[in-house]
Amino acid sequence: MRKATGLAAALALTTSFSVISSAQAASTLESVQERGYLQCGVNTGLPGFSSPDDKGNWKGMDVDTCRAVAAATLGDADKVKFIPLTAKERFTALQSGEIDVLSRNTTWTLTRDSSLGLNFAGVNYYDGQGFLVSKNLGVKSALELDGATVCIQAGTTSELNLADYFRQHKMEYQPVVFDTSDQTISGFEAGRCDMLTSDQSQLYALRIKLKKPDSAMVLPEVISKEPLGPVVRQGDDQWFNIVKWSLFAQLNAEEMGLTSANIDSQKKSDNPAVGRFIGKEGIKGKGLGLADDWAYQIVKQVGNYGEIFERNVGEGSPLKIARGINALWNQGGIQYAPPIR
Amino acid sequence: MIVNENPVAARPAPASNRGIWGWMRQKLFSSPANTVLTVVTGWLLYIGLTPVISWSFIEADWFGSDRSACDGGACWVFITARIEQFIYGFYPEDLRWRVDLVFLQTGLLLLWLMPQSMPGKKWGVIYALSIFPISSFFLLSGGLGLEMVDTHKWGGLMLTLVLALVGIVAALPFGVLLALGRRSEMPVIRFFCTTFIEVWRGVPLITVLFMASVMLPLFVPEEVVFDKLVRALIGIVMFQSAYMAEVVRGGLQAIPRGQYEAAAAMGLGYWKMMRLVILPQALKMVIPGIVNTFIALFKDTSLVLIIGLFDLLAIVQAGLADPKWLGFAIEGYVFAGFVFWFFCFSMSRYSQSLEKRLNTGHKA
Repeated sequence: MRKATGLAAALALTTSFSVISSAQAASTLESVQERGYLQCGVNTGLPGFSSPDDKGNWKGMDVDTCRAVAAATLGDADKVKFIPLTAKERFTALQSGEIDVLSRNTTWTLTRDSSLGLNFAGVNYYDGQGFLVSKNLGVKSALELDGATVCIQAGTTSELNLADYFRQHKMEYQPVVFDTSDQTISGFEAGRCDMLTSDQSQLYALRIKLKKPDSAMVLPEVISKEPLGPVVRQGDDQWFNIVKWSLFAQLNAEEMGLTSANIDSQKKSDNPAVGRFIGKEGIKGKGLGLADDWAYQIVKQVGNYGEIFERNVGEGSPLKIARGINALWNQGGIQYAPPIR
Repeated sequence: MIVNENPVAARPAPASNRGIWGWMRQKLFSSPANTVLTVVTGWLLYIGLTPVISWSFIEADWFGSDRSACDGGACWVFITARIEQFIYGFYPEDLRWRVDLVFLQTGLLLLWLMPQSMPGKKWGVIYALSIFPISSFFLLSGGLGLEMVDTHKWGGLMLTLVLALVGIVAALPFGVLLALGRRSEMPVIRFFCTTFIEVWRGVPLITVLFMASVMLPLFVPEEVVFDKLVRALIGIVMFQSAYMAEVVRGGLQAIPRGQYEAAAAMGLGYWKMMRLVILPQALKMVIPGIVNTFIALFKDTSLVLIIGLFDLLAIVQAGLADPKWLGFAIEGYVFAGFVFWFFCFSMSRYSQSLEKRLNTGHKA
C-alpha cells in the first residue's frame, strides 16, 4: 500500500508540475506580454548585485536591470519572476528559453558573445580587478607594492591577471593562496598579507566583513576589464533592442537630470529632449514596439542609472563603492548612451 | 556456641566510594596516570569551550533588526531577523498559513504513528498515505480554488523537508521493488533492475542534478517546461532508490533458504510469500541501513543549491550576500548545521527505539 501511493504521489507531482508554456515561436516580447511577467535569470547571491532582503524581495544592480525591462515592456517593474541561477546553469537557461533575460554579473567576452548563440545587450557595471590594502601601509598606488605579499583566492582568473600585472611592471610579489573568499579576507585581517586582490565590486563587499572596515582601502588601479551586462538570445533583434535601450534610458535619464522623484513634474517641461524621453514627441515607443511611455516607466518605477547605482552599491548602500569609471562620460566615467531621438 | 542464623545486613560501600566523590575517584582519579589525563583533558576542554560558549551565548546578541544590534559575540540577530525566510523561503507571506497547515499535519501524524501504543494506527497510516500527500500537494502548490504558488518561490526548511519527505517516501518502495527485481528469476526484469541500480549508483548525485537542470531542458521540446523542482525530485528519488535497493537486497540475502522453501511449501505465491514471510523479516533486519540511507538523503538534499534551488543551506547563503548582513557567515552556517543535525539525530533516535521495539539486535 505504501508503495502504491508513493508511486501515485510521484506521478501526480510530475504531471501537475509540468507546465506547457505558450508557443516559443512567438517573439520574446509577445510571449512576455502574453505571459504577463518577465523571466529574469539572476545570481543566487552576490552583494549589491542580486540578493534577497529580509522580506525575501530581490535587490541589487542586476535585479534592477530586470525590473527596468519589465517596466518598459509591461509597465510594471514588479512583474518579474526572478530565477536564481548558478554560474554553470546560466547560459543553458537562456538558450533553452527558461528565461528571457540573463542579468547575472556576466562578463562580456569575445568567446561568450560569438560562440554561445547569445548577445550582450550592454554594460550595467564596469568591473575590474583591484587591490585592497590596509591604510596603515600608507600606500597610494599599486605601483608602490613591489615585494608585497598578496592574499588571493585559488583557481580564479584574478590569480592570472595578478601575475601578468606584476611581471609587466617588473615587480615581485608573494602569493598567499586561500580556498574561499571568506578565508581570503580573514587571512588579510590576520595580517598574513599586505594586500588582497579580487574584482573591485567584491573588494568592497569583503571590506565590510572586516572588524574595522575603515582600516582598509581600495586602490585606484584596475588591472583587468570585466564589463558586466545583461544577455539575451541571438536572433530576436527586437528584444535585443528593448533590453539595450532599457539600459540606455537609465543613462540618458541621469544625464538629463530626470529622477524617479522629479520625472512627474518634468512632464510639462518644454525641453524637447525630455519630451522625447517621456514619449510626448519623436519616435516614442514605435521603434521598439513598446508603449510610448516606456522610458518614463523605467525612471518612475526603477530610477535613473545614478539612483540605481547609489541605492545598490554606492553611498546609499553598505558597500559604498565609488562611481569611478561607472560615472557618466561627462563626469569622468565611461558610461555613455546614444541619445533618445 | 552462638550461631547467628541471620546473615549480617549488607553495609553500604565505604563513604569514599560513594556519591559524586566516589564516582570521581573511581572514574577520573584512579591512578596517577589517569589523574594527569583528567587534568589535562579538563584544561583542554576549558580553554576550548570557554570561548565557544562565551561567543555563542554570553556575548551573543539575539534580537534586533539590523547589524547595529550586534557588538562582539555571535550575532544571532541575523538568524532571528530572517527566520521566516529561512523556514518558508520566498513563499508569499499571506499564504504561509498553508505551509503551517502542512507542518501541523506532519507533526500530528508523527505523534500519531511513531509511539507504539496509539489508537487507530491503521487509519493513521491510511490518512498518511492518501489524504496527507494530496492535501499537502494542493496546500503547497495551490489549485482547487487556492491561489497557485510557483515552486520557484518554495525555499528554506520547507523545501528541504519536501525534498527529504518525498525522497524518503518514494525511495523505499522503489528500492524494495528494485531489490526484488534484482533477485528475480526472470532475466529481463533482473537485467533491467541490475542496470538501473548500477547506473544510478555509479553516478554522483551532483551529476544527476546537473543533468536534470542543465541537460534535460535542451533535450525536450522548447514548449515543454519541466518544473526544476520536479526534475530535482525525480533525480533524487532515482538515485536514492538505487541505494535503497542494495540495502534491502542485503536483508533479502540474509533470510535463510528454508524460509523461502517453507513459505512455498505452504502454497504461498510469490507476492504473498514476499509480503507475509520474507520482507517483514528482511526489512526489520536492515533498519539501520535504511535509516542510514534516509539520513544521507536528508543531508544530500542540500546539494540542490548547485542548481539554484533554495533549500535551507542555500537560503542562508543567499542571506549572507545581502549587503546589510555581510560578514555573518559563521552564524549562518552554525544555524544551518544545527537544524540539519537536529533532524538527522531525531531520525537516528527513532530508528534506535524502533530496533529495540522490534528486538532486531538480539536474534539467535
